[in-house]
Amino acid sequence: MAVAFRSSLLRGAQTCLRQQHRMLAREATLRRLASTLAVLEQRDGKLNMSSLAAVSAAQKLGNNVHAFVAGGNIKAVAEAAGKVEGIEKVVYVDNAAYDKGLPENYAPLLVENIKKGGYSHVFAGHSAFGKNLMPRVAAMLDVQQISDITSVESEDTFVRPIYAGNAILTVQSDDATKIITVRGTAFPSGATEGGSASVEEGVDPKAECPTEWVSEDLAKSDRPELASASRVVSGGRGLKSKEEFDRIITPLADALGAAIGASRAAVDSGFADNSLQVGQTGKNVAPELYLCAGISGAIQHLAGMKDSKVIAAINKDGDAPIFQIADVGLVGDLFERVPEMVEKLKAA
Amino acid sequence: MTGLRILVPVKRVIDYAVKPRVNKAQTAVETTGVKHSMNPFDELSIEEAVRLRERKLPVEDILAFSAGPAKSQDILRTAMAMGADRAIHVVEEKAELEPLGVAKVLAKVVEEEKRNLVILGKQSIDDDANQTGQMLAGLLNWPQATSASKVEIDGDNCTVTREVDGGVETLRAKLPMIITTDLRLNEPRYASLPNIMKAKKKPLVKKTLADYGIDGAKRLKTVKVIEPPARKGGDKVEDVDGMIKKLKELGAI
Repeated sequence: MAVAFRSSLLRGAQTCLRQQHRMLAREATLRRLASTLAVLEQRDGKLNMSSLAAVSAAQKLGNNVHAFVAGGNIKAVAEAAGKVEGIEKVVYVDNAAYDKGLPENYAPLLVENIKKGGYSHVFAGHSAFGKNLMPRVAAMLDVQQISDITSVESEDTFVRPIYAGNAILTVQSDDATKIITVRGTAFPSGATEGGSASVEEGVDPKAECPTEWVSEDLAKSDRPELASASRVVSGGRGLKSKEEFDRIITPLADALGAAIGASRAAVDSGFADNSLQVGQTGKNVAPELYLCAGISGAIQHLAGMKDSKVIAAINKDGDAPIFQIADVGLVGDLFERVPEMVEKLKAA
Repeated sequence: MTGLRILVPVKRVIDYAVKPRVNKAQTAVETTGVKHSMNPFDELSIEEAVRLRERKLPVEDILAFSAGPAKSQDILRTAMAMGADRAIHVVEEKAELEPLGVAKVLAKVVEEEKRNLVILGKQSIDDDANQTGQMLAGLLNWPQATSASKVEIDGDNCTVTREVDGGVETLRAKLPMIITTDLRLNEPRYASLPNIMKAKKKPLVKKTLADYGIDGAKRLKTVKVIEPPARKGGDKVEDVDGMIKKLKELGAI
């Protein structure tokens, strides 16, 4: 009853002045008791900055925010995380068994630390790591996870896209612990300086891992990372071949200092690497500028880019659906228009 | 060599090519009178299971499973036309199960049917949760390989290549295990007419949630469902100069 009353209060607060409600003494007392855990990612002893979106989402609740990292020689990562603004405490577990983020041992590790810390909310990025790990954690805690949220409405109410972003769902969770993954592009990654969190060792249940990590093959690139780039240049089926994709799209991305993306059609045809796919089943991007060429604009592609600030499209088909959402559209042959644009951008 | 006893859960969803519409009451997406199909990732799961058999691996049987309204039977018949041997249908008309609920039912099916490999789609294209496979792995405490783009099985050893941020990684684990499929895994076949006819004779068992001792109560309450803010298509420009000018005006370059 009390919980229901409190959440209805919080929901009401959306329409009223939020700050005012925050001042309620009752609320403040409850908040001091609750704390939130943000699960951070690391790779080769470096903090993954895009995972800090989990911290920004966690801060929306106004609770104390703790961060969690695990891996071999993790102390430096924990200290870097400690400088992130808004984190009160960093919990770390130093054990190389967690380096690859395998959920078979990482999930029991996280479960133990969630229980020990008594966290009411646990946030992680909706990245390959978070998607793989968090549902396993949720099942172990008997919790229905909330995936890929774009907004925090209150301590039990969250907003997420469904149907490839064609509908926006607001859900309220009854679970005692909220397990949540967040859409990186919907939350800022926060200031990495100015914080002064304490650093503390967590518990290590040392669960056995039946899975062996064999190898990886990551696309190497000096370009900005697709998911967090401020500009993205993207190509589709209209590029016709991998050679043409590289010849046409790469110089445009260079001229704009942009990351390169691709439609599923371009990826399936082998024009571009899988990891560049933008869309419902690939990456979600929300850059300042999304400039695409030879992409018709299928709904599954739009799902991954329609939150971009400015969308520009070059396509020879004037009726292509992409023009219905593009802020700037140019009907023309991309094989002529894109090189011309590169020339003019360079000259400018 | 261990015989593979494969479970392939499939879901009936609004066809991927249909643009979903939110209902007037803002409580859900309109599903009546809308074309439905098998979730595309689940087609990949069935295909992969059938290919394991075609690769002469010791596949004992392929069991398709679905939980949902009576019409989910169509999806199970499709799965059998593609090569599944039999099917279980948990008939549930009222509410759609959440991933945790589905995972709990699947855990029971795994136990009762003595499965040692479960191949699921990485996500359903309606709720986009990407949870069920991982939850099932958690409940069973089995190894998991999600977003698989390549699966090799040799005896008890499964080697799976996964799509991750920035590229791929390869894992190895022993059966039993959970695999979820990514789009690059394979190209699902079309069911041929003779196979569709044959599938009508394959066994399909109807069950209820109560048979598995699951109540199906929801943990998440839908507060509302709305249309996303519409983007207004802007102007078309005549030439490249026009585009650069407009992008500058908008502050994008």
